[in-house]
Amino acid sequence: MSALPLLMDALGAGSVRVVDLTQTLTEDFPTIVLPPEFAQSATVRIERLSRYDAAGPAWYWNNLSFGEHTGTHFDAPAHWFTGRDRPLGTVDTMPAADMIAPACVIDCTEGTAVDDDYLLTREAVETWEMEHGPVPARSWVLMRTGWSRRQGAAYANLREDGAHTPGPDAEVMEWLVHDRGILGFGTETIGTDAGQGSHFSPPFPAHHFLHGAGRYGLQCLTALDQLPPTGAVLVTAPLKVHEGSGSPLRVLALVPGAAAG
Amino acid sequence: MQDPIRKNPLKKTRTALLPPAARSRKAHLLIPPAGRGEFALPRCAACGAFAWPVPEACPVCLSPDLPLTAAPRGGEVISATTAEVPADLYFRERAPWRVGLVAMDCGPQALVHLHPEAGQGDRVRLSLVLDRAGQAVLHAAPEGERDMASDPQWQEMAADPRRRRVLITDARHVAALPLAQALLAAGARQVWLGLDEAWKPFAGADAIRALEGAELVPLDLRSDRSVGDLARDLGGKVEILVNTADLLRPGMAFAPSVPAQTREMMEVAAFGLMRLMREFAPAMASRGADGTAPAAAWVNVTPVIARVPHPRFTGYGTAHAAALALAPALRQTLGTGGVRLMTAFTGPTDTDWFDAFPHPKLTGRAIATEIVAALKAGREELVIGDLARDWLKRHAENPRALEAELARGQY
Repeated sequence: MSALPLLMDALGAGSVRVVDLTQTLTEDFPTIVLPPEFAQSATVRIERLSRYDAAGPAWYWNNLSFGEHTGTHFDAPAHWFTGRDRPLGTVDTMPAADMIAPACVIDCTEGTAVDDDYLLTREAVETWEMEHGPVPARSWVLMRTGWSRRQGAAYANLREDGAHTPGPDAEVMEWLVHDRGILGFGTETIGTDAGQGSHFSPPFPAHHFLHGAGRYGLQCLTALDQLPPTGAVLVTAPLKVHEGSGSPLRVLALVPGAAAG
Repeated sequence: MQDPIRKNPLKKTRTALLPPAARSRKAHLLIPPAGRGEFALPRCAACGAFAWPVPEACPVCLSPDLPLTAAPRGGEVISATTAEVPADLYFRERAPWRVGLVAMDCGPQALVHLHPEAGQGDRVRLSLVLDRAGQAVLHAAPEGERDMASDPQWQEMAADPRRRRVLITDARHVAALPLAQALLAAGARQVWLGLDEAWKPFAGADAIRALEGAELVPLDLRSDRSVGDLARDLGGKVEILVNTADLLRPGMAFAPSVPAQTREMMEVAAFGLMRLMREFAPAMASRGADGTAPAAAWVNVTPVIARVPHPRFTGYGTAHAAALALAPALRQTLGTGGVRLMTAFTGPTDTDWFDAFPHPKLTGRAIATEIVAALKAGREELVIGDLARDWLKRHAENPRALEAELARGQY
């Protein structure tokens, strides 16, 4: 028997809930800032075409423009040089089966409450595993920091020496990717790496190890506090952009509901 | 100084009438020098006689060759009168209106708009200035230092910041804070400064917040929504708009990052101006006679690279050249209400992006001082900085030579 009727029954009964982990795509949502010598990602633009007016009396629609890495977005392996030779490494060719996968949520809010540059370490994940079991292969690891509650300047947290936002250290990324075989890593901040990740070795370790192994990134997630440490299933389908390195997307989580037995 | 009386919501806003604008095509030649604040009159190339008003041929020798020539600005009032009930609607609304007949030192006699302190027999200094219809007219004030602010007729033609509310569109521009300071010192009632992407640090925020009469407001010219929202708040209040919005990324046309950077620069300089025009220009034009300090001027701070293409600033020049091409539409829209469009061409500024350029580079204070003076003088074009003036001159003489010199880094 197919499991799908059971799933639909569970959704109808509330024993499985759908949680939206997506930030609204707005024009003033912070976007990654690179040194100005480099090409910059376009920010989100929403240009009105008509709204029941002279430009279109009965209809409302907009033109949208944005960089691939704006808002809540997905990073494909081809995004980083380490993943450039991976087969099926862009959002239009990646396996659709990878777009539905379980998630482990690691609560780092205690650390990020006192340290903007908090780093997730292998030791912290191993402590988490002692309670919840090993991180399963082909699962997402989501770093819950509470950062999505911040807004504007506090969210970007740019200072004279760059962004100060939490992320994983290099050791934990290499270990998660190569020892645990995770499918991807997700954060509430602008990048999968810490704000100061360019100074790590290797630089931007999350990008380096994830994409080098053909794995994925998710960033600018929200509502991670509504997810259990284990047991949630993520639906992460990026736009099918030709040779796309990533895209904004709607991230949905299926979680056990109150009526779950 | 009293603020203008607030609007009586029960009364109709005064229609922005304009003075008579019909002129001969030859007389239109006076508009550019008047807009630049120069005093140039037609002078016969054959016999040397100055002429006024602008004739089709020299009234002395009938030569048709009458190039505009810098003229002495002095004169003597032959007669002065006050029109208490003029027939023309524009002047009637603003009556009494002083006019005088002046014998110009350069020869001709002229009917002029007359300063209230100038009377028969007085020596006067003449100005060629644009009136609210955008036509060049003569104004005479007593010689020596005069308070032009006390002359209501001059004030009609100028765009004095006194008692007006000003929007500076980009608080991050090097001239934004000095402009706010200079405008407030000149009597501006309120200065708003637009700040884009408030999530990015802005070191100048505290200095602006500390300035009495100045206020930061969210404004991102790249966003329809942002520009529209600010216009909903301030569209009916801005009497002078100074567009400082700018984004500079240097580069030759072929560098890989240039197309994306150019697009972003176009979004700020060209499409941004278009958004501003759409939201603010009709509102300002409709308020050209609203109250005692009506909408008066729109200033575009434009890098001279818009006029003098610089091979090392391809995208930047393209974006600002596109913005400059919007000026006629903007000028005509504003002109329906007698609101002036001023273009302030700037040379390289003393900022990081021009670090390879030789000194002296323009400071924000220099830009601010010249813009405020030009507003008070009712000008519609000014060039700020020796380098900018030099480039324009060399470009007019030999654009190819200048292009090659700029490419070699010879300024």
